[in-house]
Amino acid sequence: MLIYLPIAEISVDALVILGLGAGVGFLSGLFGVGGGFLMTPLLIFIGVPPPVAVGSEAAQIVGSSVSGVLAHMRRGNVDFRMGAVLLVGGLVGSSVGVWVFALLRTLGQIDLVISLAYVVTLGAIGSLMLVEAINTVWRAHRGAGTAGTKLHQHTWLHGMPFKMRFPRSRLYISALLPALVGALVGLLAALMGVGGGFIMVPAMIYLLGMPTAVVVGTSLFQIIFVTSNVTFLQAYENQTVDIILSVLLLIGGVIGAQFGVRLGVRLRGEQLRGLMALMVLGVAFKLAFDLVATPVDLFSVARPYDL
Amino acid sequence: MRARAFALVAALLLALQPAAARAQQLVADLSEHLIAITTGFSGTDVLLFGATEGEGDVVVIVRGPESNAVVRRKSRVFGIWINTNQVTLTGVPAFYRVASSRPLGEVAPPQIRTRHQLGIENLRFGTQRQRTPAEIAEFRTGLLRNKERAGLFSADVGRVTFLGPRLFRARFQLPANVPTGTYTVETLLVQNGQVVAAQTTPMLVSKIGIGAEVFDFAHRHAAIYGILAVLVAVAAGWGASAVFRKS
Repeated sequence: MLIYLPIAEISVDALVILGLGAGVGFLSGLFGVGGGFLMTPLLIFIGVPPPVAVGSEAAQIVGSSVSGVLAHMRRGNVDFRMGAVLLVGGLVGSSVGVWVFALLRTLGQIDLVISLAYVVTLGAIGSLMLVEAINTVWRAHRGAGTAGTKLHQHTWLHGMPFKMRFPRSRLYISALLPALVGALVGLLAALMGVGGGFIMVPAMIYLLGMPTAVVVGTSLFQIIFVTSNVTFLQAYENQTVDIILSVLLLIGGVIGAQFGVRLGVRLRGEQLRGLMALMVLGVAFKLAFDLVATPVDLFSVARPYDL
Repeated sequence: MRARAFALVAALLLALQPAAARAQQLVADLSEHLIAITTGFSGTDVLLFGATEGEGDVVVIVRGPESNAVVRRKSRVFGIWINTNQVTLTGVPAFYRVASSRPLGEVAPPQIRTRHQLGIENLRFGTQRQRTPAEIAEFRTGLLRNKERAGLFSADVGRVTFLGPRLFRARFQLPANVPTGTYTVETLLVQNGQVVAAQTTPMLVSKIGIGAEVFDFAHRHAAIYGILAVLVAVAAGWGASAVFRKS
């Protein structure tokens, strides 16, 4: 069934979009991540212009995060105080990001920057995850247990001013730290059309030292507001939010996620992380290859919204 | 919007009527003056038909609305391909097709083909800033290649078929990605290498239906569209969560 996407200005098969949504939704249910970092490159691969892929994906993440955070709130796994501090940073970062996005568009470099941002972040995170998963499997294989006594390491980062108590996360740290993490993730969210969970979750665990139980719920809570901000600003500044595309992806995504969650509980954690790492590296490799490979045509004509 | 489109077409037709009536050597019309791009649009055919007075060849040119085209060239920087140069060409039609009753080379001499921009090699563009002729030629070729790949220009000359000595017709295919705007369909009667009669017929390509409404709204009321987009996404997420909690 061919459907015309009014903002992307292309006709696509609605079933392809629903299928993409379901596929990525399935993976995000399985791995417990948002899936924006997979969806945006996939949309670009099927011919959606990169700026529209980024803008529309932001709207889809708003919806999927709402449905995700409700489940976590029922279990009490959201640290609202931490979420609020992350959010302050996130709003600043994402607003700056949308402005940078508009600037790069007029310079004709937006496609390049979107691809580069993906290659760098996916490459780094995919490698880290793969190493971690291999180590875990290796340790389990040798049977040597690692006895962790401290919840997390304290570094100079935690000694910065404006210390704040976060009872739900059992932390007493500088508020600047989560605000900075929020700002960085917000910037990437705007540029890459992702929620940023795949960067924020490791940062919350390793950098802030938050307990794992509240990490996903809190990041989802913050992502709702940051991606709402991105969706609004992208629509306002760049007119690149295709709501028809977003809703189709959302419908497919929600259905796929249900199946993903069900399969996820039956698989082992380190195997999951290993698989996920390979997938992330695969996407990074494909994007890197496209940047390096000689293009079909060295000349291109700017699209109307590039001007 | 439909009413406005019809009004525009009617006004243009009225304006052109006297010229066609005076000449009487050439009469042509389109099967459709309004091409509606709906949600399921996958391209369409437009038929031009007409009659000539006396001998001669018929050439038909379809041109989309003109605008500036920013053409960018990539070059390799530290191993990756980056846009490093751009030229803005002016007066670029969004769409171009030509059809002729005989090969263009046999119908008209080069200077006539240049003057009437017959064939994509004869399309004339300007530049926004002063550029070297070599640079212009390079970017012009790049533009033509991109437009051809997108199916918006065609180097192939379509056929104008004569049905008997006077009646003729030509068929044009508009692809799924046909740009919107006011097109001109120019019909020329050529005798002994000279254009002896010409007629211009307008054609409107317009988005109709929900897609057009959404596009218009997103550009005209960007802030409200942004807020609505967020609300729709939140509602859809909330709804989905409610549906799956019950089941």
